Amino acid sequence: MKEINYDKDVFGLSDQQDEGGDKWVFKDLFRSKQKYVTIRQREVPDSSLHEPSKKEVPDGLWVKCDQCNQMIYHKDLVKNIKVCPKCQFHFRIGAWERINYLVDPGSFQELFATVTSDDPLKFPAYQEKLAKSKKATELEEGVVTGVGNIGGVSLALGVMDFGFIGGSMGSAIGEKLVRLFEYAAEHGLSVVTFSASGGARMYEGILSLMQMATTCQALNCLAEQALLYISVLTDPTTGGVFASFASQGDIVVAEPGALIGFAGARVIKQTTRQTLPAGFQKSEFLLEHGMIDLIINRKELRNTLARLLRYHQRRKRVINQ
Amino acid sequence: MSNVSNYNLDFEKPLKELEKRIEEIRLFAEEKQIDMSEEIRRMEEKARSLKLEIFKNLTPWQKVQIARHPKRPTFLEYIELIFHGFIELHGDRLYRDDPALVGGLAYLEDIPVTIIGQQKGRDTKENIFRNFGMPHPEGYRKAIRLMKQAEKFGRPVITFVDVAGAFPGKEAEERGQGEAVAKAIMEMAGLKTPIIVVITGEGGSGGALAVGVGDRVLMLENAYYSVITPEGCASILWKDASKAEQAAEVLRLTAEDLVELQVVDEIIPEPLGGAHTAYEEMAANIKGSLLKNLYPLINDDLNTVLSRRYQKFRQLGRYLEE
Ligand SMILES: [Zn+2]
Repeated sequence: MKEINYDKDVFGLSDQQDEGGDKWVFKDLFRSKQKYVTIRQREVPDSSLHEPSKKEVPDGLWVKCDQCNQMIYHKDLVKNIKVCPKCQFHFRIGAWERINYLVDPGSFQELFATVTSDDPLKFPAYQEKLAKSKKATELEEGVVTGVGNIGGVSLALGVMDFGFIGGSMGSAIGEKLVRLFEYAAEHGLSVVTFSASGGARMYEGILSLMQMATTCQALNCLAEQALLYISVLTDPTTGGVFASFASQGDIVVAEPGALIGFAGARVIKQTTRQTLPAGFQKSEFLLEHGMIDLIINRKELRNTLARLLRYHQRRKRVINQ
Repeated sequence: MSNVSNYNLDFEKPLKELEKRIEEIRLFAEEKQIDMSEEIRRMEEKARSLKLEIFKNLTPWQKVQIARHPKRPTFLEYIELIFHGFIELHGDRLYRDDPALVGGLAYLEDIPVTIIGQQKGRDTKENIFRNFGMPHPEGYRKAIRLMKQAEKFGRPVITFVDVAGAFPGKEAEERGQGEAVAKAIMEMAGLKTPIIVVITGEGGSGGALAVGVGDRVLMLENAYYSVITPEGCASILWKDASKAEQAAEVLRLTAEDLVELQVVDEIIPEPLGGAHTAYEEMAANIKGSLLKNLYPLINDDLNTVLSRRYQKFRQLGRYLEE
């Protein structure tokens, strides 16, 4: 079998361009056409490069908390990883911002960044949506995937960004997550995903629905090898993302106050005319109904994940002896 | 949905009127003892060609309307006509039995199989009992239980998909509908026995996919399968649910589209006029297709079946890679 160096042979990049970056080479066992892929390391962008949106910062300096209505100095909010210092309300947070506070400094290496959305159905307004989201988020797709360490334990990490067409899952997000799960299965890594999504990406029609199946079945690859999968549900995790990989963690964690569910509250009210209880489909509601394991404050999340990962690392060592 | 007897397909109107007129002339001729057989024959000929013209050129939206026809055969009717020795098995062992999803044991010719499918009601009363064929989480969990049972005893699984969509209800959410759908998808993906899926009517998003992962996915000619209803899509895209017709076009939800996108393996032809006009013929077509697809599967090595199933869904995405 011929090894293809995608950088060199396909994209015409010279070896020099890869200097200074570790190379990740893996054989993709699960694909019919076996091939080697070389993945370039990419620098973790500084979160300060991401301009906060106008809505978040009315006068550029102050942010009004959605929950307690207090004004918070923007710098304080960022320092507090977008958790209101006064009432603990969790603001939505971008993928890179999250990765930056979560992983051990310098340990994150992005994988599969070259996978981006096509417009397979030539769907109305899709191209414009993509272009707009790319510009607003400085992301190429609604999930960032890669490997890194948390508390010294290496893991595969997938972090969604709600800012990218509402975190909706299309073929590219599905593909990136599946590659991540397969990569973890092959390298014996635990997986952590952070979901933030309104559901399937309608603009890719049935193909977006099929991503529920591809991501779910790839999780079976992890299960076969007794590899840990932790799903962290953040605000919001709904529709086809909740009804696929995100709800299937060995351990399912949620941030406080996150909206989590399958059908939307508005549709439920319209269809059934039911009155919905306060806090319906919030993290606390799901915990009470036995649907999730833990609710963890963002500021504690890193520590909790490290502890959970370490538990499963120990177990693996025992098996290996 | 509840007005069964008055349900008419708009695009069928000219045909229905012509057929009514033929009937009137026939009655008139009989009553007056006049020979009008030549006239009637000519009109029948015209009706036939009109029918052919209408049903061979259906638009996606017209197909959606046929798929939703209240007289379209339901799962229980197909069971009668396709399988024999059916024993319905009830309950998820966790909460309750969900009448919106029917499952049990049956023979397909001489092959014992587990069959599972959504069950719409055939009248208003039954529709209320069966929640219009939209399962609650316990329905999906019943499906999972029966599939695991099939795996244990080495029976193939055949599922019939006909669901408008997942049910938007308070209790369904409280009991973890999203989790139940995901779990069903995962279990089907890894189930160590062959699975054939037949999309018979509405393939409504997550509710359909929850029983829609299989080695072979077959689809009736006028069924549809979509991530969202055309109405829902239209209200998001154009803030106007009445533009469902246009939405049906862009969603690529017909059997032909889905074969092209490799989501569906085979189209099962319907009787001219739709499945609701000839139950026996429809059932015979499904049965033939099931047998044709099942025999090779049960003779295949199970590991081959499983890795092929993985690959089948693995490649269902279109993306760019720089
Ligand atoms: Zn606050």
